[in-house]
Amino acid sequence: MDFIAYLISGISLGSVYAIIALGYTMVYGIAKMLNFAHGDVIMIGGYVSFVATANLDLPPAVSIMIAVAVCTTLGIVIEKLAYKPLRAAPSLAVLITAIGVSYFLQNAALLIWSSNPKSYTSLFKFEPLKLLDGELTIASVTIVTVITGVIVMTTLSLIINKTKIGKAMRAVSEDKDAAQLMGIGVNKTITITFAIGSGLAAIAGVLLASAYPILTPTMGAMPGIKAFTAAVFGGIGSIPGAMLGGILLGVIEILGRAYISTQLSDAIVFSVLIIVLLVKPTGLLGKKISEKV
Amino acid sequence: MLKVNDINVYYGSIHAVKGISFDVNKGEIVTLIGANGAGKSTILNSVAGLLKTRTGSIEFEGQSILGTAPHLIVSKGLAMCPEGRRIFLQMSVEENLEMGGYTRKNQEAEQSLINVYDRFPRLKERRKQQAGTLSGGEQQMLAIGRALMSRPSLLMLDEPSMGLAPILVDQIFAIIKELNESGTTILLVEQNARMALSVADRGYVLETGRIVSSASASVLLNDDAVRKAYLGG
Repeated sequence: MDFIAYLISGISLGSVYAIIALGYTMVYGIAKMLNFAHGDVIMIGGYVSFVATANLDLPPAVSIMIAVAVCTTLGIVIEKLAYKPLRAAPSLAVLITAIGVSYFLQNAALLIWSSNPKSYTSLFKFEPLKLLDGELTIASVTIVTVITGVIVMTTLSLIINKTKIGKAMRAVSEDKDAAQLMGIGVNKTITITFAIGSGLAAIAGVLLASAYPILTPTMGAMPGIKAFTAAVFGGIGSIPGAMLGGILLGVIEILGRAYISTQLSDAIVFSVLIIVLLVKPTGLLGKKISEKV
Repeated sequence: MLKVNDINVYYGSIHAVKGISFDVNKGEIVTLIGANGAGKSTILNSVAGLLKTRTGSIEFEGQSILGTAPHLIVSKGLAMCPEGRRIFLQMSVEENLEMGGYTRKNQEAEQSLINVYDRFPRLKERRKQQAGTLSGGEQQMLAIGRALMSRPSLLMLDEPSMGLAPILVDQIFAIIKELNESGTTILLVEQNARMALSVADRGYVLETGRIVSSASASVLLNDDAVRKAYLGG
């Protein structure tokens, strides 16, 4: 029974990683950059929903919507101000800028909310689910997280595969010049990608803060790195890869913590990543190009 | 229709296109021929807006398009089918075509799709297939079909015969001829100068970034210097 409980919380944590990893992988696929400030957008999402519920006394659903709106706007602004001027710059310059944006957001949060941790009250206050005569208890936040994960991943897959803008995003990620020759505005597509990724980061921030209810300005860093790992694990640039990588990473982390060692759980996660990359350098679902001439 | 006047294009410090002027009139097939590195593709990329042109002017339908972003040029009716086809290999045939019709309203794009499938029944058969799995000839048809989806009044084709078996080359040139007869003006860049001149109305001969001669296609086909240099004697 324990195993099933661990598995469920692994899937729950993995869903959060997957939601964050989707932001990394979409931005990488389209703008060919690693947005290391992505984790800090999660943190902003957590704080904004905290302010909305604790200080402004707004209902949970509204606070989530505000967090999504703020982070989406933030993502668009970051892209416009920090990354767009570097579109033609070497990738190292972009990477360093991303790290700079990350520190900027952390320090802005430090100024606004101070370094004192804030305790976050979970937005999901209904009773935990008790199964099998109370032998298996699933926390409300776990249920909400898994369901949200499924909804986010399904919706995003539909957007990417079925809508005009989603297809344009795939076209830009495959060949930017050819996409422009089709009449696709590359800048607009990149902006939309950042908007979607940052909106997802806000959702992840709320879920994360509900599960681990301490807010600090650096709270986004570790989940950010883990989700980045998940994206690489699944094959960076690949959307199903980010989903699979995220969930596997969450499950490995929780099972590792439960059965092997609490202290070593992160080391186990990264070792698995290294092994996967040694065997399959493009990640689990990394793109292989099938080209016929 | 298209008027290019005295353009200069540089790659870094390399002066790739040196003061080139040419024009394309409505209804024509005009070809730019010349050896590898003569600047043919550079010229097309400049007209399409992918490359920055330092000086000179480019006018399409009487409007300057110099400095216009490439995705906006497409909606003016000027499409390009790039060198090496550049189809989206990981997308399906139909998705590739949908991307070609990106600037069109849904209804117009659907009509374009029907037209393209009529012209290339082969693509219709393979519409759900991933484009990367098509043969070279089919990929070229897809690239042309994709460019036609935006219903261009001027279509630029960059090396459409590259890497194709001779029988497919004939087929592609027959398609180009047909497209022109049904009202599309064509600017064609080719290394296969003989084929290009056989379908074209006029031609320009390029050497290291300059136009060295221009005349009607039939004159160029019989020109001694051109025959020696580009048509194998």
